[in-house]
Order: sequence, then structure tokens, then C-alpha cells
Amino acid sequence: MSAGAKKRIMREYGECMADTPPGMKINFDERNMTKWEVLLDGPDQSPYAGGHFKLEINFPNEYPFKPPVVSFKTKIYHPNVSNDDKGSMCLGLLRADEWKPPNKVVAVLRLIQTLMIEPNPDDAIEPSIANEYKENRKEFEKNVKDWVKRYAK
Amino acid sequence: MDSDDDFNSSPVSDEDFMGDQDSDVGLEDDSDFDMDQDDVGFETHDKDIFPTKQHYEVDFKVYDPRQIQASQDNQIAEVSQILGQPPEATAILLRHYRWNKERLIDQYMDKREEILESAGLGETAASNPPKVVKVKGFVCDICCEDGPNLDTFAMKCGHRFCVDCYRQYLYTKIKDEGEAAQIRCPGDGCNRIVDSKSLDLLVADDLRERYHVLLTRTYVDDKENLRWCPAPNCVYAVECGVKDKELMRVVPTVHCECSHFFCFGCSLNDHQPAPCALVKKWLKKCADDSETANWISANTKECPKCYSTIEKNGGCNHMTCRKCRHEFCWMCMGVWSEHGTSWYNCNRFEEKSGYDARDAQAKSRQSLERYLHYYNRYANHEQSAKLDKDIYLKTEKKMQQLQNTTGMSWIEVQYLDTASQALQHCRQTLKWTYAFAYYLARNNLTEIFEDNQKDLEMAVENLSEMFEKPIDQLQGLKVDMMDKTAYCNKRRIILLNDTADNLKQGNWEFNVSFP
Repeated sequence: MSAGAKKRIMREYGECMADTPPGMKINFDERNMTKWEVLLDGPDQSPYAGGHFKLEINFPNEYPFKPPVVSFKTKIYHPNVSNDDKGSMCLGLLRADEWKPPNKVVAVLRLIQTLMIEPNPDDAIEPSIANEYKENRKEFEKNVKDWVKRYAK
Repeated sequence: MDSDDDFNSSPVSDEDFMGDQDSDVGLEDDSDFDMDQDDVGFETHDKDIFPTKQHYEVDFKVYDPRQIQASQDNQIAEVSQILGQPPEATAILLRHYRWNKERLIDQYMDKREEILESAGLGETAASNPPKVVKVKGFVCDICCEDGPNLDTFAMKCGHRFCVDCYRQYLYTKIKDEGEAAQIRCPGDGCNRIVDSKSLDLLVADDLRERYHVLLTRTYVDDKENLRWCPAPNCVYAVECGVKDKELMRVVPTVHCECSHFFCFGCSLNDHQPAPCALVKKWLKKCADDSETANWISANTKECPKCYSTIEKNGGCNHMTCRKCRHEFCWMCMGVWSEHGTSWYNCNRFEEKSGYDARDAQAKSRQSLERYLHYYNRYANHEQSAKLDKDIYLKTEKKMQQLQNTTGMSWIEVQYLDTASQALQHCRQTLKWTYAFAYYLARNNLTEIFEDNQKDLEMAVENLSEMFEKPIDQLQGLKVDMMDKTAYCNKRRIILLNDTADNLKQGNWEFNVSFP
């Protein structure tokens, strides 16, 4: 990774510290600065409230010319998070053709928070969950809470 | 191959290529043909046959990368003058309009601002060429560098970044993502497209080259009458005037400079005489059916009521269909309730219900058998064509041996090469005649077709047999082999002309409907 990229990540970390979005904690290891660990509380106004989610943000070598890669380490019932051991997300900013180099990680973190409050079923990675979200909101929220209880306490 | 001379009575000039050559590439151009072409002399020599265009052949032209670039540049220059925009902006506009210049010019006259905006050009692209500048107090939003000596760049949209970051951004887009015509400004949310002049200013030669390769690629991709040769590593593109909607009437096989024969309609290997839609259907059917069809044919029966396929893997003859719950006898296929008490011994062959069921069964079997009949022959020729590839390699060796053992010259052994190529072509054609025949509904033309097919097949097998002969006999067979080669080629031409003519005139009837 280039010196420029490292400098940029350091700077972004500084900005995140100064202005961390509410309900988030970032663990940063200076020896391995391309992998951030984020602890995220389920937003109060969402069915994920009460859950604590662990995320990983990995910066590719080409950062910031390629987007960071986000994965949920805690299982989560969500149309935009893959229901496998990767827990990956690939929508909006996180897609290579949408990401622009001036975009910042903090925008990614905000996007994740927004998506927990309001999932995007039209760009889903889990079509069955997206369908349930659209057709049967009650069942969806029940499943979300069920998974929060099981995996995110 | 010198396709220009062979296939085009009037070579297409660059100017023609630029213009929209819609329908004037003549499918109708039969002027140099007698209608009694089918009887084309068995006495005539190859040189008389090949230079004339056959009925099954279409006009096409092969372009090398340099010509593609030139025609692209010409078109840009021409439209640039009409629109009064610099060439870079014109190129973007043309790509935005997928090289449909009429539509571009039309709409540009109507709503100029709107079009410039949607193509990512915004305001006036005409003034001020792009340049690199140093800006006081600038901080790059990508790498966070600042300093008075930092070179910076921005397009008209004003999203300014340091040159290194801009360059790196373009590098990632071009090298990693293979983008060219649609690279947007790196600015957050900005949709302005990076034009080639800006790009040339910023990046190194190797990347610029790649960029132009990619741009050229989009040019061919976007043009309806151009198509890349699908052969691996081939750099040529082929121009052909056959439109998608004509593909039920003509099978446009073209021949690239790299020697690859392919269909301009679907890019698959040459599949004359079968039209593209039929080929697609056939390939799908084979992918779905062929492996299992044989097994099904041998091991199963269908439920007489719902026609589900059933494998009986033991037990008594009293069958209950899992799908429709119909109860029947496995032996006679009749309804079980009519069986009385003869539970384990079916002796009811005469009953009507059993007769009907067996009849239906036979019909269904028949269609399977029919498919297998054609499929086996199709697959056989495909297999043989592969073996012919091996033969081709062996032929080269044989030619070498012949030269060594008999003192024949290189030119004198070329007949083997010619023969093996003829074999490959004919087998390719034969193979597809079987797919064609499978979908063909009988009418009074099918008999002629089947005769042609049979004649070609016999000719091919005869020639193929000669290749098996030991090397010491080959020399003596030279004249015979050349005759048989010529005969194969002629039979192929006759068959293809017949199928192409009837296809063009809509005389074939198919037992399936095509979209």
C-alpha cells in the first residue's frame, strides 16, 4: 500500500474520532491500519435496537481508488447483508462503479446506519428477505428481533 | 484470405464504411448467377467456382485495427464539423449515442444543452483546452496532500485533484475495470465523462494505448453492422449488412482474415444451413436432453395419464403415478381397475384402455427416437470433425513424409491439405444439416434436401476413408483424392445453395415456431 493511502487512512481515522457517528465505536490498530473493527449498536428507531454488531472494514491496496470492503462479523437478518459467513454488503457507495476516490469511510458508516433503519429491498443481496420486508413487514421484524436475540446480544 | 476480391464485386471504400451502409450490401445481388446454378458443371474447375459468389454467401469485409481507428476518426471529424464541437467532445457525444450520428445530430439541433449535460459535457466544451495548473492553498481531497508546488487538474466541472491522484484514478478505471468511454470525473457525485484529450494529457503512453484499444472496442460493439471475430486473440472486426430481423431468411457466415469461419448473426462457429434461431434452440435442447434421452428411452415409460416419466425400480406391476395418482399396469399400460383379479400376471393385451395408452406411449417414444436419430448423426459429425482436426495434424506429417520418401515437392503434396480442409468444412455443414432436418416439417422440398444431404455424406465418407490409407499408397491416389475433394466441395455448395435459396424465399416449413 502506498504512503499516500496510509496517510489518507490515518487522516480519515482522525476525522472519524473527532466526529464518530452515534452508537459506533472504532477499534484501530496502527500496525494493521487497513483493517478496522467497528462496533455498532442497532439504531433505536429500528428493529435492530438492542443488538450489538461487529463489522470489519478492509481497505484494499488500491484504496481510495477502490472502495473499502464491509463485512458483518455478527450475523444479521437484513436484505442487504449476505446471509453467509462473509456477511458482505455491496450496494451504493460500496460498489466499484459508484465509489469515487474523494468519498470517505465515515460516509460508508452513515450508509450502514441508514440501511439498518431503512433497508433497500430493491438492491438486495438476499432476495427472500427483501421480499419478506416488502410483503410481510411484521414477519420480517419478528425474524430480525429473533436473530438479534440469538446472535447480537 | 483475400475476401475483398472474392466476395465484393465493388470493394467498400473507407467512405462507404463511414456512412450507414444499411441495406446496400446486397443480399439480393444475384446478378452474376444463372438460375440453373444447381447443375453447375461437374466439369468446371475450382477456380471457376470459387470466385463467383454463391447463393449462400453474404457480402462482408474484414477490417484491421488500423482501419477501425481510421473510420472512427473520420466519423468523429465529420460530425464534429456539423455540430461545431471539438473532436474530443464529439467523440463522447457519438459514444453516448452509440454511434447513431443521425439521431445525435437531430437531437443536438433540438435540445443542445440537455444533450451536452446528459453526455457529461456540460456548458461549453469548446473553449479552453485542458491543462495542468498549480493552485495556491489547494488540498487534494483524495490524498490530502497540499503544498504550493502540487500540480493539479480539473475538467470543466471544476472538481480539482492533484495530478497523481487523477492519474491513479484513471489507471484503476482503465487497467482494472476495463472502462474507457464511460469514465466519470472523480469528483463526488459528478457524472462528467473524462474526455480523451484530458486523458492524453494525464496518463503515460502504455495506458493511453490501452485506453484507445478499449475505446475502439466500444466502437465496434456499438455498431450494428460491425462485429469482432470471436476467435481467440483475433484483432479483426467484420462488417456485414445483414440485420437481426433478416436472420430467419439468411445465415450470414463470414470468414475472418485469421481464417476463422463464424456466423455474423450470433458469433457462433459457421452453422450453415441452419438459421441462428434454430441453432439456439437445438443447442439448448441438446444441452438439456442428449445425455439423459438415451437412458430415458431405455429405462422408463410414461404415465398414460399425465405423461410423467417413470422408472420402475422393482415391485409389482400395479403402478400408482406419484404425480397424478393414476393407477395402471406396467405391462400393458391399461387402467388397473379393469384388471380384475389377475394381479401379478397381465394378460389383458386386447383391452382398449391399454391399447390407447400404449399408442400414446409409442408416440412419445417415437418423438424421442426421432430426436435421437438426428442427434446421433449431428454428434457423429461433430466428433468426426474433431477427429479431422487430428487428421489435419497427421496430414502435415504425411505431407512431410511424402516429400521425403517420394521426392515430391511441397506444392505437389498440397492436395492433402486441401482435402483435409474440405473434409472439415463439409462435416461442419453436415452436422448442422441434421439439426436443420430435426426442425424441418415435411413438404415436397425436403426430399431434395435429404438427397443432397445423402450425397454430401457419401462424398465425405469416401474422401475420409482415403485418409486412412498407408503412406505408400497415398501417392498413387493423388488424382482420385483431388477429384473426390472437388466433388465434396461441389456437393456442399449445391446443398447450401438449395437450402439458402429456399430459406430466402420462405419455402421451408418448420415444426416449431421461432420468435
